Amino acid sequence: MDQTSLARTIIVNGDSVATRAGTLAELLAELGHAGRRVATARNGDFVPERARTATPLERGDRIEIVSPRHGG
Amino acid sequence: MNAIEPSTKAQGAFALYGVELASRLLLGTAQYPSPHVLARAVEASGARLVTVSLRREQARGRTGERFLELIAALNVRVLPNTAGCRTVKEAVTTAQMAREVFGTDWVKLEVIANDDTLQPEVFGLVEAAGLLTKDGFKVLPYTTEDLSVAERLLAAGCEVLMPWGAPIGSGRGLANAYALKSLRAYFPQVPLIIDAGIGAPSHAAEAMEMGYDGVLLNTAVAKAGDPVRMAGAFAKAIEAGRAAFESGLIGMRDMAEPSTPVAGTPFFDLGAPSGHRGDE
Repeated sequence: MDQTSLARTIIVNGDSVATRAGTLAELLAELGHAGRRVATARNGDFVPERARTATPLERGDRIEIVSPRHGG
Repeated sequence: MNAIEPSTKAQGAFALYGVELASRLLLGTAQYPSPHVLARAVEASGARLVTVSLRREQARGRTGERFLELIAALNVRVLPNTAGCRTVKEAVTTAQMAREVFGTDWVKLEVIANDDTLQPEVFGLVEAAGLLTKDGFKVLPYTTEDLSVAERLLAAGCEVLMPWGAPIGSGRGLANAYALKSLRAYFPQVPLIIDAGIGAPSHAAEAMEMGYDGVLLNTAVAKAGDPVRMAGAFAKAIEAGRAAFESGLIGMRDMAEPSTPVAGTPFFDLGAPSGHRGDE
């Protein structure tokens, strides 16, 4: 494996996570969200579903993974 | 600018962003004792538009999917909110995520200034409303009763305004009825919805009698002893209030005025009983 596949620490929904995922799409698969109705943001910016495979993860990235909930 | 004068608007149909809605009650979906009660309360309310949110999903979590299934079964339109957002950036990103997940470009825009009052951060609200409108969103801003903020929101592209009645969850009703009346009179053609602070059906009826186009509420139904029955009570109050507004309410008077005809009153020519008459 090359250097980019080594585990790196990122922040997912506020928690520190060590991952070998190189892209946001790979991270979602790793966390069991592949094909599910979730939305994502990286470092505060929205990442559309179609852009996830082309969105690299870097050490310290802050990732949000959200899904529908009750609301007022 | 419009002059402040009593509104005489009386239209049967209720439409937001060109979409006609069969009910003027907009209902929140949070805080119900169970999903079953939520579903029955939405049904009893007659609401055609319900608010929803986005929250963090745990790894391998299915909470969001289950909620979507529940909402889909209700056959209503959803209005995603940006609840809890404190900055323009958070609100814009949340709205963009909501558009993708819920498949709607409608957003109830909230930018919150203060944890105790949950009052709108109106400067950020105006900025976020402009950004989202340019990005194709149909923005329904949760705002205050401030006229100048309302004008900025309209200039930013909002076609609906949602001033608060009172702080979210407080159940205090229309805390500043005078200012809300002014807002109604000032923007007679803009759909205005009272959002937040409603505690009782009478509060909702008061808003509708003022000429507000709709009421958005959540806690007053969800936390009621019987949420399903309370949902029905609000539906009736809102319908009654709207009918009253369209029918033309009488003005208040300082003194009494007989409702029964005075002409032909028996004994009328005898004057007032002695002792009640002035000195002769």
